Amino acid sequence: MVKRLSVVDVDLCVGCQSCMFACNRRFGEAGLGRSAIHIQSAGGIERGFVVRVCRACEDPPCSKVCPTGALTKREGGGVRLSYAKCIACGNCVRGCTLGAIFWDVELDKPTVCVYCGYCAGFCPYGVIRMEEVA
Amino acid sequence: MADSEHAGDLSRILYVDLARRVYWVEERPEIFAEWFGGAGAGIRLLSEECPQGIDPLSPKNPVILAVGIMNGVFPLASKTVAMFKSPLTGNLGESHAGGRSSIAIRMAGYGAIVIRGRSESPVYLTIDEKGARFRDASALWGMNSASTVGRIIREVEPGAGVRTIMRIGKAGERLIPYSYVTTETYRHFGRLGLGAVFGSKNLKAVVVSGKKSFKFKDPKVYRELYEELFKTFCKSPLMCKYHELGTPMNVLPLNMTGSLPSRNLQSNRFSGAQELSGENMAEKYLGRRTACAHCPVSCIHIAALREPYENEPYFYKTKMISYDYEPIYALGAMLELKSPEGYLKLMDTVEELGLDAMSTGVVLAWATEAMERGIVKEGDAGGIALKWGDHEAYIKAVKRIVAMENEFFQALAKGVKYASSKYGGEDFALEFGGNEMPGYHTGPVAHLGYLTGARHSHLDGAGYSIDQKMYKEGLKYTPEFAARELFEEESWRQVLSSLVVCYFARGVYTPEVVSRCLRTLGLERSPDELKERGRSVLKQKYAFKYREGFSLRDLRIPKRIYETPTPLGAITEEMIRAGLGEFEKLVVG
Repeated sequence: MVKRLSVVDVDLCVGCQSCMFACNRRFGEAGLGRSAIHIQSAGGIERGFVVRVCRACEDPPCSKVCPTGALTKREGGGVRLSYAKCIACGNCVRGCTLGAIFWDVELDKPTVCVYCGYCAGFCPYGVIRMEEVA
Repeated sequence: MADSEHAGDLSRILYVDLARRVYWVEERPEIFAEWFGGAGAGIRLLSEECPQGIDPLSPKNPVILAVGIMNGVFPLASKTVAMFKSPLTGNLGESHAGGRSSIAIRMAGYGAIVIRGRSESPVYLTIDEKGARFRDASALWGMNSASTVGRIIREVEPGAGVRTIMRIGKAGERLIPYSYVTTETYRHFGRLGLGAVFGSKNLKAVVVSGKKSFKFKDPKVYRELYEELFKTFCKSPLMCKYHELGTPMNVLPLNMTGSLPSRNLQSNRFSGAQELSGENMAEKYLGRRTACAHCPVSCIHIAALREPYENEPYFYKTKMISYDYEPIYALGAMLELKSPEGYLKLMDTVEELGLDAMSTGVVLAWATEAMERGIVKEGDAGGIALKWGDHEAYIKAVKRIVAMENEFFQALAKGVKYASSKYGGEDFALEFGGNEMPGYHTGPVAHLGYLTGARHSHLDGAGYSIDQKMYKEGLKYTPEFAARELFEEESWRQVLSSLVVCYFARGVYTPEVVSRCLRTLGLERSPDELKERGRSVLKQKYAFKYREGFSLRDLRIPKRIYETPTPLGAITEEMIRAGLGEFEKLVVG
């Protein structure tokens, strides 16, 4: 089954960013530089939080603006990134309406969600979870 | 691909000179390998940077912001340690805050930031992994609302989500020695006057952002240990306790045992405890719970206060105001404010103007009693009659303290020690080593802890919890036992605050667990070595205090603490003095 990460209820988010650190740990690293999910306040912590993560669009705009075909559509929604084809132009980052594609400064490549769901296991408040899309 | 840093290789210190508007980075790995960062690195840097005997508000006083080797690496390692010479006590200035500060500093690649000198005109700093930039802060200076300052900087600077915005309010600009530096609106470097040191440097704010990633020699071991710790935290009672009600869960239990100081400690019980309890506040006012970065506990509780505009029908504003146990003690119980709305409005004023809530409450409580006793008159206070429970009078008084309107408010603006030395009433001026009292009248060890703690804070040696243990187990106070327990607890906390781990996590981060965490970072330190390191940090702090003229023998003890009984009975001066003598042997030798 094809899965994607779903934001169940953003108002449950406390802004601990445990998901961001989890995403980075997929590579066995500590920190935030590789994270494909991003939590920020909605204009000040008193207003709550915003979860920026790939929602696996059926017709993803990021893929349309990739000049080398590095971002290909995934069956059921979302994209897959080929590092070999990517020329690091950054079009996808600008092309994503949700701002859910990030930049790995060290690799000099975009960071896109791979729909593994590791982050959801570290959300103590049930803000995000994996769901089947197809 | 560039080689990324190893998580254990903390070494970079960013130096900023505000006078010359230059910055540079020095690699000093030995400091972090030996002291892990935070308090341990901070006291080393402070001893280097701060010349003996200087005025704390002179350009020579440095501001040191230090994080540790575990920040950004393990959960609940979420604090930053600030070190400076305190304008309130004249010796060690140390204050800890969470928010996103520690993660931002570590993710920008620094172990510490050292800020020197005084800018000619108001400035704020934006710091990232490339260094520091100096931004004009003239337009931000003099604003009545610290939250507006945050709002503006948030709009004009990048890094949303991965940054900290530390800033001062008007109180810091006006050099009030108990003014705060606040971060992410609701977390504070509250105690000992870091705000005034910022103000003396013409430094309005420090923004830090970063997104680094760190490698491990054995990533698998790191991931497994992280997962184990994360699960332990999520299952631990602390998670539930601090998440549900937050620190105000302590209001009712402390009140019930007669440990909650009220009316300037004329009483050990607070008549408004039910109204300002964690339970009632959560039920009626809690609007949002939030967390520090990299901490799933989310202990930060923010009340939503809906207020009508007086002259506009059907027009309301909703303010979001954080509440915690200590501000409820200081601005609620000490002033006998029984109305949550009154308390929240006073809290909001204190927050917006940039004062430490704890010191402010104790100062106002002293002033109220002084007026009650006729030592000061309404005329001294510009016609304000300070009365227990009158939040409107207190709000006016806070504004006048920050405005330093007349002689009386100028005195209050210097802290309760100064005010009582000028007007009298020292017996009920609740200061310990120059710092205003925290909210625990649990027994003799709490007070001994305020006097002996390097920061004169309840968090130093947690004397209140030693009292509570004695109460539960029916133990009797002996000076040797009290001093030893305080010394060992405060020593261990030096390790936690070097890493820098939140004290709420202390039950999980035992010496054995810390030792395992450090191993993943390439440092082999046995639990006993760690404990010894902690004692050494505490002794270094004490060496700094003594260098600056502090002495355990000269400490003044407010008589009020002997007059109001504790759950462990009455405290006597002999008990405390004997405890001070024992502590001196341990920490000074």
